[in-house]
This record gives sequence, C-alpha cells and structure tokens, in this order.
Amino acid sequence: MDLSYSAEDIAFRDEVRAFLAENLPARIADVVRGGGELTKEIMEEWHAILNKKGWLATIWPKEFGGPGWSPVQKHIFEEECCRAYAPRIVPFGLSMLGPVLQKFGTKEQQDHYLPRILDGTDWWCQGYSEPGAGSDLASLKTRAVREGDEWVINGQKTWTTLGQHADWIFCLCRTDPDAKQQQGISFILVDMKTPGIEVRPIKLIEGGHEVNEVFFTDVRVPYGNLVGEENKGWTIAKYLLTHERTGIAGVGFSMQALEEVKALARKTMRNGKPLIEDPLFASRIAKVEIDLEAMKITNLRMLFKAQQQGAPGPETSILKIKGTVIHQELKDLARRALGPLAAPFPGHISDGNLMFGPADTAHNAARYFNNRKTSIFGGSNEIQRNILTKTMLEL
Amino acid sequence: MDFNLTEDRQMLADTLNRFLADQYPVEHRNAVAYAEPYHDPSKWDALAELGTLFALAPEEAGGMGGTGFDISVVFEALGRQITPEPVLGALMASRLLSAAGADQEALLSGGTKYAVAFSELDAAYELDQIACAATAKGDAYTLSGRKSTVYGGQVADVFLVAAMLNGKLAVFEVQAGDANVAGYAMIDGAGAAELLLDDTPATLLIEDAAGAVEDAINAGIVALCAEAVGAMDVTHAITVDYLKQRKQFGIAIGKFQVLQHRAVDMLTEIEQSRSIVIKAAAELGGDDAARYASMAKNLIGRSARLIAEEAIQMHGGIAMTWEYPVSHYAKRLIMLDAQLGDTDYHLSRVMADNLAA
Repeated sequence: MDLSYSAEDIAFRDEVRAFLAENLPARIADVVRGGGELTKEIMEEWHAILNKKGWLATIWPKEFGGPGWSPVQKHIFEEECCRAYAPRIVPFGLSMLGPVLQKFGTKEQQDHYLPRILDGTDWWCQGYSEPGAGSDLASLKTRAVREGDEWVINGQKTWTTLGQHADWIFCLCRTDPDAKQQQGISFILVDMKTPGIEVRPIKLIEGGHEVNEVFFTDVRVPYGNLVGEENKGWTIAKYLLTHERTGIAGVGFSMQALEEVKALARKTMRNGKPLIEDPLFASRIAKVEIDLEAMKITNLRMLFKAQQQGAPGPETSILKIKGTVIHQELKDLARRALGPLAAPFPGHISDGNLMFGPADTAHNAARYFNNRKTSIFGGSNEIQRNILTKTMLEL
Repeated sequence: MDFNLTEDRQMLADTLNRFLADQYPVEHRNAVAYAEPYHDPSKWDALAELGTLFALAPEEAGGMGGTGFDISVVFEALGRQITPEPVLGALMASRLLSAAGADQEALLSGGTKYAVAFSELDAAYELDQIACAATAKGDAYTLSGRKSTVYGGQVADVFLVAAMLNGKLAVFEVQAGDANVAGYAMIDGAGAAELLLDDTPATLLIEDAAGAVEDAINAGIVALCAEAVGAMDVTHAITVDYLKQRKQFGIAIGKFQVLQHRAVDMLTEIEQSRSIVIKAAAELGGDDAARYASMAKNLIGRSARLIAEEAIQMHGGIAMTWEYPVSHYAKRLIMLDAQLGDTDYHLSRVMADNLAA
C-alpha cells in the first residue's frame, strides 16, 4: 500500500501546475470560479491553448496526437485543472468520438476527422437520447435508410448538449427495424449543415441553454459516414460509454465545491457568528467532507486497478453514483449557506460594486438546480445500480 | 501509488483468513463468545503462535510490523469471523508500551494478556474528563476510581490505566490480582470488565501520556474500522447469496429491483469504508492521524449500521434468529460504533479540526 504519487507523477503534477499558472488566462478562471456562462469563444480559446501544448486530447494515444498519459497522469491533470479553475474540456469530440474513431474508424476517417477535432475545426455533439429512448437507449427509433450511396435519416434526438454550437453530430440510428433491439443500430456521422436538420433549444430548470432537440427530416448524408459495421453500432455505443466513465467521480469538482461552501460559510453571518461556527451547518460540511475523503481514495483505487488491467471495470459505476451524490450535496450546501441571498435570478441583478451580495452569489442556486442533472445523465444512477446488480452482485 | 498489499501482508492475511475460517466457524465462535472467559484460550495461543500479535508492533519494539496497514490486515481478518479474541487490548497496550520504550515480548508472544483502561462512566471517550487519579507514596503509586467497559478486561493479566497525576494524564500498570475486576460478556459476544480501583498499587509507565493514549486510540480506531470492513464484507456476501436462494412469489427475491438497488448501495458504502480505512491506516502515526481516524470512525459508524440493518431487513425473519450468522454480524457491526468514540463524537472532532484549520 502506498497512497503517494511517484516522483515522476509529482514532477508531472508540478509541470501541469506551472503550465496552468502561466497559460490559463485569469479572466477565464474568473468566469469558472464565479459560475458564469462559458461561451463557445471561451471554450475554444482554452482548447486552443491546451492543443498548442499537446495536452488537449488527454486520453488519446500518442500516435493520434494525444499526450499518451497513464490513467494516473490524466487524473492528476484533471485534478490540477479543477484546482486552477480551468474550464472543463468539452468531451464530445475529444473523449467520445475520438476514441471511437481510433478503434472502429477507417484510416480515411481517422485522418480526416481526428486532426479537425484537435484544432477545433469541428465541434461535435452527441446524438444518442431520444424522447422515447433515455435509460432504455436501445429502443431508439431514429431511422437511417440506405438509398444508393446515401443514408436518409428521419427522426429526433434530444438532450443534445451544446448542439447549438456543433458542426457535426454522431448519431445512433436504426438501420434494421426487423432485428432485435440492440442489433440493427448503426453509428453515423452527420454534418449539422445538411438540409433537413433543425436544432431547437431546450431551456433548463435554472433558465440556461445547454441542451437541445435535434430534428431530422429526410437528411441525406454519404454512406461512407458510417463508422464501423452496419448494424453494429451498439458495440460502439457501449465502448463510448466506458470512456464517458473516466473521471466520472468528479472528485476535483467536488473539492472545488467544498472549498466554495467553506468560503461562503465563513462570510455568511448567523446569530452574530460566521455560519461555519454553527454546529448544525458545520456538521453537514464535515459529513460530506468525510464522504469526499473516502471518495478520493475509492477513485484512486479504481484508477490503480484500471491502470493495472488496462481498462476501467464495471465497479466504476460506484464512482458515478457516490460521486454525483456528494457533488449534489455540496451544491445544496452552497445554496443553503447563502440563505435568502441565493434567491436572485441570475442575469436579473447587477451591481459590480458589492464585494459580497446578490450579484456575485446568485449563481449558487442556479448551480444547485443545474447539477441535479448529474445523477440523471451518462446513465442515471438507477441504471448504474442495474449495472452493478448484474456485474458485481450477479443477481 | 500502489493499492496492492505487500507480499508479506498478503501472506499474513491469507494465513489468518485460513486459520480463522477453519478454527472459528460461527457455531464455535458463538459457543465461546458468550461463555466464560468469553473467548477461546487455546485459539488465542494458536493466533499468537501464527505471529498475529507480532504483526501489531514495529521492529524496534520487538515486533514485525506495527504500521496502520499491518493493523488493518490483522483486524479485517478477525472481523470476517467476528473473532472474540482480546486482540484490541493487545494492540492498544502495545502502542503504549512502545511509547514508554518498555519491553513487550510477553505481550507479543501472547503469554501475558493486556487491557487498556481509559473509559469511565462519565467519560466514555473524552480524555480530558478522566477522573481516576493517582496518589504518590514515595516512589510508589496507588490509583483510585472506576474504569468502565475495559475491552478484554475479563481475562487481562495486566491493565494499562489512564489516570490523572499532578494535573496531567498519565498511564500506569496495574496487576489484575491487585484490582477488583468485574468481567462480563457483551451483547455482541466477547468480554469486557469494570475495573474498580481503591488505593490500588500501580507502577508509573508514562508520566505525560496524553499523546501516547491518543495514539493508542487512533490505532484502536483503525483496528475497529478494519474489523468492521471484514464483517461488512461477509454480511453483504451472505445477504447477496440469500437474495439468490430465497424464493417468494415464485422467483428469487434478488430479482426484485427494490432489493437489488439496496444491495448495491450496501456495496457502495463498503467500498467507501474500505477507502477511508486505507486513508486512516496510511496516516496513523502522522500529524493528521486523529483527523483521519475520526473521519474513518464516523463513516464506518454510518456504513456499519446501514449494512447491519439492511442485512436483517432483506433477510426477513431468519436474520432475527440467534441461529443464523447474520444476527451476530449485525450485533457486532452496531455495537462497535460505541467503542473508542461513536459517529457523533468523531463528527464533532472533525468539525473542531475544521474550525481550527
């Protein structure tokens, strides 16, 4: 047993820390710290900075332009990015499609798409969920029919995150309606500028716009946009989800959130004393801090196992369940620490002169509501329990 | 970073698990855990011969281990069979003897049984509330006061007693024959004692002992938490197995999602418990030992109760019987919360530490 990083890992951590100190623009870190809106421009700017260093595609092997990091190095990088309040890397092209093309794509597809993901030419989004296919993804109905050299696509995708910015979408489409559910699905790449595509925003609970509906009406794309074999898209979908699970514990974000809660509880006065001295509130902080401390080790244990076995195992679902519950609890505490000051609707109040007050605390309630999503997306926590039931308990 | 056990510790774990599974089946465990002397003296000797106690002390004290991970390996194995042997007392006494620089060959060989007496009726956990006091008589000392729930005290040859001396916490050695010892069985098996001291002769072991007692308690907490992980692991395995076997409404009850998800939540909490024990074990002996011991004891207090109560509930009536092993695992898991500081006590300590930071 040895919980400490190796000398190489510590040197790597210091290198990352120094890079971030020098290259992460303060105005961008301020937006992240303040819970402000990350515009497309900000995300692209940050991607470009990382790409210039060769650190953008954190999970890609060297041959495709990734840094070739170990799982531990990737973890350290994510931890340091959280610590520095860097924006989260947008995962759809880099963490999802990239690995899929590297494993299932043709040489032409790899040569064409991968460099464009790296340099930001193409912004990707994910076409998985449908109105009738959420947790039961395999029941998806969006139809792709082959006509000569083309696919003709009809149907609807939903919860398409950042689809409003996207140049391309990777879609799961039903290509054989007579096959059993998981068979007869294909993985197809679609240019968002193709006629017949319509993107409609979905306004979320806190008022923000990050997800969309995408409608397909007789959308024609080249047959060659198929990735992997026809009707074998489910295999790809599952492969992609294992990559979606890396970093899923969100330990770095929870550590960030814990510090924010403590800072708020130091500033907020109750009964003439800082809230952090109130035993009831302090006990809530301490309890979730203990859970987070355990989560850090659980995360490292699974990382260590993944590093030894070459891939994360099904037990990573534990990270998803517990990691999201902890993060949500912290977001709840931040909202509660502010009491009535959490009430103002972001965007409806502005007073840059106040050091502490509604203008710079308003996002906390919004973040609380927005983060209810984390136990729903990426396979809801109930689906994760189903996975663990089958794989770990064999019930 | 490496989460594998070293080869030596893996061997120790395998040896202990094999020995205990073979020698301590639950029927035998129950037979000895509730009948005087509330453990099995021949199994104690056999455990000692396997080197169990030597693993608890560092080399400079004559042992072969003594780190947090040595302790957690031993106690996780003990917990898997809810072993009622008085190893906790030996561990805590060994920490105190190490701090005093005293010889502990008799302890480590298993020949002399030690118990550590610090709790009192009005000071279950708090060292600064200890009332038991020492009086100097020339070079000798006597102690007066009552020590409560001294684990393993029913068979101890020697007690290490925390008592006040000149306004400071000190540790004394008291021979069992010199004191009034009232031994009893506990509801979760194994024994303890009330120790009544009335001008009882004592030898001073450590004069300024607050730090040493704190360390002994931190080590004891790592031990109890590891014991809980072993017991939780087995309880969960029995429960999942039962979900596969037990049929109602014509199907195995493990097919019901309401039970599946609860069984998964148990698994999640056990993994979290295992993690926090690893952390507390790694920090034992360091500057932050108390903080992480408290974190571990709090988390384990919560998870052990969840596992115990859910295991009983998901079994239904059968786990309410004395005959079925889960009832005994559940009792141990619930009752160990009250040893060396419970969930609330340790949460308060983390809160105090947060405020001081």
